[in-house]
Amino acid sequence: MTYVDMCTTAVERPAPEGATHVRRRLVAGLGTLVVILLIAAVVSLAVGARALSPAEVWRGLFAVPDSDQRLTEIRLIVRTVRLPRTVLAIVAGTALGVGGALIQGYTRNPIADTGLLGVNSGASFAVVSVIAVFGFANPFQYVWFAFAGAALAGVVVFGLASIGRGAGNPLTLALAGQGITVFLMAMTTAVALSDQDSLNALRFWNAGSVAGVGFDVIGPVTAFIAVGLVPALIALPALNLLNLGADVARGLGVNIALSRTIGIVAITLLAGAATAACGPIAFLGLMVAHIARYLTGPDYRWLVPYAGLLGAVVLLVCDMVGRVVVRPGELDAGVVVALIGAPFFAVLVWRGKFKNA
Amino acid sequence: MTSSVAPGVRLGRVSFVWRPWLVLVTLLLTAATFLVFCLSISVGDFPVGLSRVIATILGRGERVDEFVVMDLRMPRALAGLVVGIALGMSGAITQSVARNPLASPDILGITGGASAVAVFLVTVSGGTAAAVAGSVGLPAAALAGGLGTGLLVYFLAWRRGIEGFRLILIGISVSAVMQAITTWLLVSADIRDVARAQAWLVGSLDDRSWDEVRVAFWCTVVLMAVVAGVAFQFKPMHLGDDIAAGLGVRYSRVRAVLLLCAVLLAAGAVSAAGPVPFVALVAPQVAMRLAKYPTPPMLASGLVGALLLIGADLVARTALPITLPVGVVTAAIGGPFLVCLLVRANLR
Repeated sequence: MTYVDMCTTAVERPAPEGATHVRRRLVAGLGTLVVILLIAAVVSLAVGARALSPAEVWRGLFAVPDSDQRLTEIRLIVRTVRLPRTVLAIVAGTALGVGGALIQGYTRNPIADTGLLGVNSGASFAVVSVIAVFGFANPFQYVWFAFAGAALAGVVVFGLASIGRGAGNPLTLALAGQGITVFLMAMTTAVALSDQDSLNALRFWNAGSVAGVGFDVIGPVTAFIAVGLVPALIALPALNLLNLGADVARGLGVNIALSRTIGIVAITLLAGAATAACGPIAFLGLMVAHIARYLTGPDYRWLVPYAGLLGAVVLLVCDMVGRVVVRPGELDAGVVVALIGAPFFAVLVWRGKFKNA
Repeated sequence: MTSSVAPGVRLGRVSFVWRPWLVLVTLLLTAATFLVFCLSISVGDFPVGLSRVIATILGRGERVDEFVVMDLRMPRALAGLVVGIALGMSGAITQSVARNPLASPDILGITGGASAVAVFLVTVSGGTAAAVAGSVGLPAAALAGGLGTGLLVYFLAWRRGIEGFRLILIGISVSAVMQAITTWLLVSADIRDVARAQAWLVGSLDDRSWDEVRVAFWCTVVLMAVVAGVAFQFKPMHLGDDIAAGLGVRYSRVRAVLLLCAVLLAAGAVSAAGPVPFVALVAPQVAMRLAKYPTPPMLASGLVGALLLIGADLVARTALPITLPVGVVTAAIGGPFLVCLLVRANLR
């Protein structure tokens, strides 16, 4: 073998083939996740207090209404109860999954979560306050305040953390988030203790549920999430560079301030909208982002779509589990997410899947 | 050389570094804590002058004062003192062992476990739960819950030794489980029980009796002695496991003892006052900055915790138009305070 031969083998063949192989595997994984999501969605329409067959689900979704009593009943169950919560689980799960991956990316903090940034507590506080002050009873009335509270808390935490020298320091961000969270939680309790209506609303809202929300709320929330996804996806290459360290990223031509701002806006939109619709679902983003990183490696262009799909699947499955385990009652999806996700997460931690970043 | 290195002092087999500033800060904090403690006793519907409070505590008071001071107000003030010290020290230990300023007992699941057990006893009426609540009482059950959760976290995080990063992550996940259980209990409970549970959950010093305080008091005193016994091995642990081992610290044993102390301190505090937020997180950080010390100083952290808690209770009782549980005030003071510290540290 001559010197030239060795060069060509080294340069031309192994490297591109390896990259193609990895890309093919990642695309296949993405496709598998989409298929799993579709199956989960169909099962979600079928499972519940009244179990339906796939054929019945199909008819309930698409059949034209007629005088058949049974079909009318199926239509009612599928269209007004199961379809909204399935759609919301997919939308909110995607948002929380992408949000979780982005938060971990932008803070470079492996334990970052929307709960950590005060987004959940901001929404809780807003909900309790408006219920106590205006006496709102309908989620449609206070969902906007929840969104505003979530967004405000997120912006305040990011803002505080980016003053001066500490800009972008993961620890500063986490501490600022913790400070705001504890503060808001105490204020929430103070309001809730003095007003029984808001206490009652708070305990249900706090559980984090995808049920009981109509399309009148889901529509606008989905729009917000879609708007948040666009900048999130555009900024992914810059996010990859940011994770090499601020100095390296700057040297490679990344506008650090701009890409961080884009990240803040995207995270706030995604997490705020999801929290506004479902209540605080902690831990989903954290867990899903870690699973996605385990599957894809550190490239955020793959990690973030994976996290989004995984988030949708996990939230959907958790909602279904909550419908069947404590019949005739229901466990809220947020409770199931924590009960399933936390031990799973603990196992991954224990097996040393996460390294201190 | 001499100016930058603190002088060492050796007395027989014991040696330590002479740090006048740390000693001064600790003494000042002790004085301030005593003052606030007495102030907390003197203020109320029947005001007792500060000098008379001090005289009564020293056993030279009048009969009337003795009743008000010792029987009515002392348990509450003492509960604040003991719980504050316990939370502050517990936070200092967990933050040091995990080498992370966020690693407070709240994050490590101890308060979460205690809360879940307490809420379970409050909301599930009838049957065995009511019998348990009646026989051992809420504080003891909460203590057991906190201790059990702390040990669970420790053993789950154990894998050929304890590592700060893993401890925090396991703690977060166990906390999440406990929080989910608490939320579920609240959702399925009666609204009157929910109000009671919520009041307990925010942390309060109202209506403490000598019985509740006595357990937490002796608990804290004994644990302080234990911590003091191993604290000299503490500093090297900040340098990392390998260096600590090289300096002769049996770090896994020392760390296990310290963490057990931290869990017991936090669980005892929570059982006496509920999960008062923020004290364990912020007190060690404040003490560290006051003492200009690179790690959270034990005693000073405890004193700052007590100062914070008694002061907050004083504010909650007197300065506000409505009576609030002390936990609301500690969070209201503590949250912005932490943010100020962060901003100042960033701008320097």
